[in-house]
Amino acid sequence: MMQELSMNILDIAENSVRAGAALVHITVDEQPSQDLLTVTISDDGCGMAPEQVERVTDPFYTTRTTREVGLGIPFFRMAAELTGGSFDISSTPGSGTVVKAAFVLSSVDRMPLGNINETVSTLIHCNPDMDFIYTRRIGRGEIELDTRSFRNILKDIPLNDPKVSQFIREYLNENTDELLSSQKNKPTNIGGSPYNEDLS
Amino acid sequence: MKTLAELQAMRDDMKSQVGVRRDSDYRMRIVVGMATCGIAAGARPVLAACTEEVAKRNLHDVIVSQTGCIGICQFEPVVEIFDADGKKTTYVHVTPEKIPKIIAQHVVNGSPVVEYTIGANAE
Repeated sequence: MMQELSMNILDIAENSVRAGAALVHITVDEQPSQDLLTVTISDDGCGMAPEQVERVTDPFYTTRTTREVGLGIPFFRMAAELTGGSFDISSTPGSGTVVKAAFVLSSVDRMPLGNINETVSTLIHCNPDMDFIYTRRIGRGEIELDTRSFRNILKDIPLNDPKVSQFIREYLNENTDELLSSQKNKPTNIGGSPYNEDLS
Repeated sequence: MKTLAELQAMRDDMKSQVGVRRDSDYRMRIVVGMATCGIAAGARPVLAACTEEVAKRNLHDVIVSQTGCIGICQFEPVVEIFDADGKKTTYVHVTPEKIPKIIAQHVVNGSPVVEYTIGANAE
């Protein structure tokens, strides 16, 4: 079991890495008026055959050979369904996979989102040859990080250069702070980190 | 707030890197297991601690990367360090707090932190 949703998101995105994706979209869409948090991870990787898609939510199915269970997708599905939300996975061989989970925001069983920025910066750092588009939406506010525009500026400097990695972390944190403070009438950073949102 | 214009300014200050760097160009590789088992056990903050420590010490000849499930899930988070000669050291039950010592003693000074290794922790 994961302690926070951002860990689940990292785990699901790792499947996109292994599927040989060139571009991965990660969207975290929080809509308090609908009491809904929707997480979408889509990729242009190798995709899966229909019979494989059917089996991926089964914890005792895995394609790996190092162990006999595959818990990533089942954990994510369970985390969504525990809140009264929903889970959906669709895939087309050769063109990619879309995983979508909806969480009821106010549910007491909803895990906190956690440090989603560290999930995104970890993915970028470890996969400098892949592109990621990360979108965080709260109500009508939105921030986006598209590694393709970073790459255009950096030219021959790789995305995992230590200085660049640090810039990406700060870029995410500062823009998230801005988004959170523009969407909430209360000041951020009271009672802890703004990324570990409370359940109230 | 950080903007793309700021990234452009930073890029202009950096020297061009000639050619693509390969794994063999690095003196040491720090590899963190990032499958479901590793992530659930806390591998993400461990990896973040590694990249931060490497950046802080300006270790340009060290690369931090990830791998999948190594097959010893009960020992996660697992960090493997590969020396230039291919010798591998496996650290188990790693926490972010253990990273500065591992980097200072092993990566910088070449002497593995024996008490954190799998050899010292396996039954």
